[in-house]
Amino acid sequence: MSLAQHLIIAPILIPLVTGAVLLLFDERQRTLKALIGLASTVAIFAVAVALFRFAGRIDGPETAQQGVYLLGNWAAPFGIVLVVDRLSALMLVLTSTLAVPALIFSMARWHTAGAHFHSLFQFLLMGLNGAFLTGDLFNLFVFFEVMLAASYGLLLHGSGLLRVKAGLHYIAVNLAAALLFLIGVSLIYGVTGTLNMADLAVRVATVGAEQRMLLEAGAGILGVAFLIKAGMWPLNFWLPPAYTAASAPVAGIFAIMSKVGVYVILRLTLLVFAEGTPSSGFGLHVLLIGGLATIAFGAIGVLASQALGRLAGFSVLVSSGTLLTAIGLGSSGITTGALFYLVSSTLTISAFFMLIELVERGQDAGASVLAVTMEAYGDADADDEEEEGGGGFAMPGTMAMLGICFAACGILLAGLPPLSGFVAKFAMLSAMLNPAGGESAASVPGYMWFVVFMIILSGLSALIAMTRSGIRTFWASMEGTEPRVLVIEMAPVLMLLLASLVLTVQADPVMRYMDATTEALSATHHYVDAVTNARRAGAAGPQVLP
Amino acid sequence: MELILSLGIGIMTGSGVWLILRPRTYQVIIGLALLSYAVNLFIFGVGGLKVNAPAILADGVPVSDYTDPVPQALVLTAIVIGFATTALFLVVLLASRGLTGTDHVDGREQSQ
Repeated sequence: MSLAQHLIIAPILIPLVTGAVLLLFDERQRTLKALIGLASTVAIFAVAVALFRFAGRIDGPETAQQGVYLLGNWAAPFGIVLVVDRLSALMLVLTSTLAVPALIFSMARWHTAGAHFHSLFQFLLMGLNGAFLTGDLFNLFVFFEVMLAASYGLLLHGSGLLRVKAGLHYIAVNLAAALLFLIGVSLIYGVTGTLNMADLAVRVATVGAEQRMLLEAGAGILGVAFLIKAGMWPLNFWLPPAYTAASAPVAGIFAIMSKVGVYVILRLTLLVFAEGTPSSGFGLHVLLIGGLATIAFGAIGVLASQALGRLAGFSVLVSSGTLLTAIGLGSSGITTGALFYLVSSTLTISAFFMLIELVERGQDAGASVLAVTMEAYGDADADDEEEEGGGGFAMPGTMAMLGICFAACGILLAGLPPLSGFVAKFAMLSAMLNPAGGESAASVPGYMWFVVFMIILSGLSALIAMTRSGIRTFWASMEGTEPRVLVIEMAPVLMLLLASLVLTVQADPVMRYMDATTEALSATHHYVDAVTNARRAGAAGPQVLP
Repeated sequence: MELILSLGIGIMTGSGVWLILRPRTYQVIIGLALLSYAVNLFIFGVGGLKVNAPAILADGVPVSDYTDPVPQALVLTAIVIGFATTALFLVVLLASRGLTGTDHVDGREQSQ
């Protein structure tokens, strides 16, 4: 096993070691801690890009096997494996693309609002990366718990009544979901005798009819646990308050957390319940109907939201609902568009959460939340706060910049041209209306029109809500004080919006990558072969990874 | 044996579900604890019940005499994680009690 192959475990090890090391530093050495955290996050980004480039070159069994990392050098399915393929590499890059701006944003003031922010942030990244990389169900549970434990701490970061109340509900719901996860995993183990995802895909096909019901019950319970995380209606009432209460950089990185549920559902549905197996298409109806209900719930919530924070929280639901619906339709063309939408909407929502904090700073509501936070944490940091606030560079033309970013977020959320939100929705809708890739729309089933209608309607409601709050925020009160925004607070938002701009300009290569991803996902046997045939280190055979 | 185990799991799950639907935070945490005990027993049960059977391989013992070691490893992990998250929930519970002055899960009494 070459040294380069150990890169696969780096996205888990780097944040683990960094987070642990950061615990040793005193809270007063905040700048140092922030810089170490930033260095680690940038390193994870670099590793993720390297893995992404590697995954883009996977074209046969030989290269696919190099993406399999046998932990402790135990052959699958006896040991735990980490697997890099196109989908997991894509999610890794997306995670670190969100993490770098969120961390930079926190360095302006938020990381001073409580203890151990940087350690928790690194542990969250570890859990996220691990959940995307692992090829083992129980290991997935462990990484889920690492991610959730860190997210509990991060959600409560800054303290205050609102956060503790939202945090209490969030933790209770997620603890219950973790128990469902365990029940599902153990039922599946009881029936198939394996926890390795690739091995599971093989054994599911051979499960007898009398055991099949038990297996599907297990898969269903497991699915409920992921759907709670993804925020499918009616399992999502905890999500908007929790995301609204979280501090801005935390909400920025939380944008990817609901996508972990979507990722796992996509992976397991396509791998374990692939076409041609007896349980093929299991649960797709639930995803489709639940996804549509989630879109409706999210769209109504977006329209009903008074505060910008809640608007963003409900946008997360709209995004999740759209993705679940697209997966539920079970067609590879739609999945390709959905993957593009996943990347685009996650970037947008993350940028939007951070932007909201800046916009609301000039208003009373935002200021009072921050004041409560600072009060709760104590006066010791008040001096420090002023000092750091005075040290940074204030942003020139603040209102204009905020306005432009707000408009960009609105366009992205609504899915209007010319930004990537439009490309994503267009890709999904055209795949829905042209199932065979032909010219006529005659063969489109009736329910598809309803799905198209719902997706367009959710865009319209986002547009109305964004326009309304934009007018109220930027045009209504001329005498309001201009918020003081630092460059390092504005830059992360711009970075994320720039990323979605790149996504728009480079839509063609990105779409081709997504296409290859969907293809690889539906070719289940390639994944299974790669994992089961992965060579142990020291075994004979060529081991080349560029 | 099977009957006792399944009755135990069932009673604990039933009590746990009832408790987490109650409005007091203390009831919720006890409910979550009971549920996690039930789930741990359940995981233990999926490996098949065997009495006095070893989980570690030794020479001269036929394979059918072993008990499945994987659920035992899973239970151990689940216990550790469940313990840690319950402790964390307890801290949040106390913080909520301190900030709101009530132990209602919504932070205020219903009559108000």
